[in-house]
Amino acid sequence: MFESDLTEQLVERVRAAISDATPLCISGCGSKAFYGRACAGETLDISGHRGIVAYEPTELVITARAGTPLAEIEAALAANNQMLPFEPPHFSELTTLGGMVAAGLSGPRRPWGGSVRDAVLGVKLLNGCGEVLRLGGQVMKNVAGYDVSRLMVGALGTLGVLLEVSVKVLPRPACERTLVFDSSTKPSRLSEMPVSASLELDGRLYLRLSASTRCVEMAVESLAGEAADPAIWTAARDQTLPFFQTALPLWRISLPPAAPALNLLGNEMIEWAGAKRWLASDLPAKTIRQRVGALGGHATLFRNHTATDSVFQPLPAAMLALHQRIKHALDPHAVFNRGRLYPEL
Amino acid sequence: MNANFLTALRAALPANALLIEAEALRPYECDGLSAYRQVPLAVCLPETLEQAQAVLRICREHKVPVVARGAGTGLSGGALPLADGVILSLARFNRILQIDAENRLARVQPGVRNLAISEAVAHLGLYYAPDPSSQIACSIGGNVAENSGGVHCLKYGLTVHNLLALKVLTIDGELLEIGLQAYDSPGYDLLALMTGSEGLLGIVVEVTVKLLVKPERAQVVLAAFASVETAGAAVAKIIGAGLLPAGLEMMDNLSIRAAEDFVHAGYPIDAAAILLCELDGSNAEVSEQILAVREVLLSAGATEVRTAEDDAQRMKFWAGRKGAFPAVGRISPDYYCMDGTIPRQHLARVLGRIGELSTQYGLRVANVFHAGDGNLHPLILFDANQPDELHRAEAFGTDILKLCVEVGGTVTGEHGVGVEKLDAACSQFTPEELSQFHAIKAAFDPDGLLNPGKAVPTLHRCAEMGRMHVHGGALPFPELPRF
Repeated sequence: MFESDLTEQLVERVRAAISDATPLCISGCGSKAFYGRACAGETLDISGHRGIVAYEPTELVITARAGTPLAEIEAALAANNQMLPFEPPHFSELTTLGGMVAAGLSGPRRPWGGSVRDAVLGVKLLNGCGEVLRLGGQVMKNVAGYDVSRLMVGALGTLGVLLEVSVKVLPRPACERTLVFDSSTKPSRLSEMPVSASLELDGRLYLRLSASTRCVEMAVESLAGEAADPAIWTAARDQTLPFFQTALPLWRISLPPAAPALNLLGNEMIEWAGAKRWLASDLPAKTIRQRVGALGGHATLFRNHTATDSVFQPLPAAMLALHQRIKHALDPHAVFNRGRLYPEL
Repeated sequence: MNANFLTALRAALPANALLIEAEALRPYECDGLSAYRQVPLAVCLPETLEQAQAVLRICREHKVPVVARGAGTGLSGGALPLADGVILSLARFNRILQIDAENRLARVQPGVRNLAISEAVAHLGLYYAPDPSSQIACSIGGNVAENSGGVHCLKYGLTVHNLLALKVLTIDGELLEIGLQAYDSPGYDLLALMTGSEGLLGIVVEVTVKLLVKPERAQVVLAAFASVETAGAAVAKIIGAGLLPAGLEMMDNLSIRAAEDFVHAGYPIDAAAILLCELDGSNAEVSEQILAVREVLLSAGATEVRTAEDDAQRMKFWAGRKGAFPAVGRISPDYYCMDGTIPRQHLARVLGRIGELSTQYGLRVANVFHAGDGNLHPLILFDANQPDELHRAEAFGTDILKLCVEVGGTVTGEHGVGVEKLDAACSQFTPEELSQFHAIKAAFDPDGLLNPGKAVPTLHRCAEMGRMHVHGGALPFPELPRF
């Protein structure tokens, strides 16, 4: 595997950007360039800063440089029968560890296996003063200092450049089966089943069961589903399903899992046992956010938006002000990813 | 200033919500770390959000420090009062506000006890997972402040993994809603930042926790070993075999004997170490895993492997472990509980070095260990009535924590830095890292009024420490990279 440590070059580049007041846009392989608002500044490419730094399978932790392709990390884990429990999306073959953390997007297993942020144990961060900081660590229990490493998850690079990340990993389940149900055979009591993914699309419900072979077989027997192709999960995760081939604005809607139907005009796909709903719809953003807000959730304009759209649910004034102060604490010269998350950050 | 300040508090609070008399303040002079004591200026016990907001606004206006307090069971002095500050007790915020079985969550006030949440939802077949050993007494607000753990962290995580939302008051008395009842929320992950911030960033006034479905079955296996090294290797083999126990605990011989004398758990008192391995899940799953674990333990050199025959025996096995601290308290006038975490692969060397330090300092040490997640609780035995023993115990403890940092671990796994581990934290963080923490604190609390002087040491303090440690001689494990 290709390895290289560009820490020094990246530090120099950031220090130069601070002294020239040149804003930077951090980029891995660019597979999530569509996600979030447009960023103003010169590209800071971290894809060359790569390689697995430490992986001892019995510690259930892997540490790698941020530019390491996820595929490389997942292959190393698979060779030891382990996995990233949150099943992160790969929007390209080169998608990186740093981008995974910055975007903070988790895949089908999230309600059962936890999220990216749950699994992040520590980061090496290049902050907006050009300093390299080690925050968190490589152990599961660590309460020394503020939890700044998890603060990086979903911050879209607005708080600093991720150089290295330590992530908790889990053993792979011994057995997995995918079943499909139509509306007449939908199971009612899922809480007793070893479910590890769910997807509702076009009137059909797909479930993945993960556990020991015997447990999965028992569950399959008790459910009236038909066997289905497990490729559906990667297709849902990486958004290659035909559902995603739309020119309409695509909304990612996060809700309490038992929230009622959205009843919003558009095409819908439901994951995470109801907690994540994709909606392709040209309804006004205001209509969608009002409805979603009333149900206790938030809506992100995931794809097919313009440069000026507000991609993420607007924050209340006091929260936005706090976000600005936190941004200033980590990136006082506002060099990183200006405007990518919110125009004010 | 004091007179005006107290007058303002009196106007804002009912008479029974403000304590200023010396004898009324006395019970608040320490938390679970009773070696440190300080009587505060006043104790505020608000019952409503408005009262809590008023207290904060008055303190902000008069620049008086505020130390939040839950049940006062913390082990690092996080709720230790300041002489010129008030204690803001959340004890009267003690109601469960909402239980939502469908969305598997409970919305509670911060003074609700950890165990009370599980008790309130038990009839629904649900529970709240984090189970710090003080769970019958500690409050959920304190759990958030400390990011408390317990014996099931390997599988179920810490407090930070089991929260959905918080309501927090800023030092200005402004109410912030952080997180949602959904799995994520817009903006920065302030839920993670608040959790474990030891009362330095805001005052938690409401907590929404995740509830889990109670597993159909839980079973414990007890394994005895002739050395702590083989026990440690057995832990790695269990994980390496792809098993994920709900709990995986280790005790050394001194702890085993103390616990056995105390609760008669049926532990093998001649063993150098025992492992307790709990497996939970569906009936079928547990049956399979018990067999697999037994096989791994035997092949790893266990001299004896016992499976709890029923729930009563399972509880008994756990009673010994959960009673280990008080059990050690019975064999020593005082003990000092450490809380470092290490990557498990270094267990044998770290325990070996702790043994050497024990001889060097002339103090016994009993090791209780959350083996699954690498969190060590060495209990240093001492007698505070003997001149110099407390000082030696503290120096011994600091050495243990430095050792944890040197092997790539941390000075605190679940108890927090508080006042107790400020010096130890100096060995874990660089001046730049500490400055970053201070800058984050200032983003929330520009005047530094929320629990000042705790959790994050000042650069000045660490500089003093650094000068001290230059003379400390050779570091253990010189071959290891230093972070």
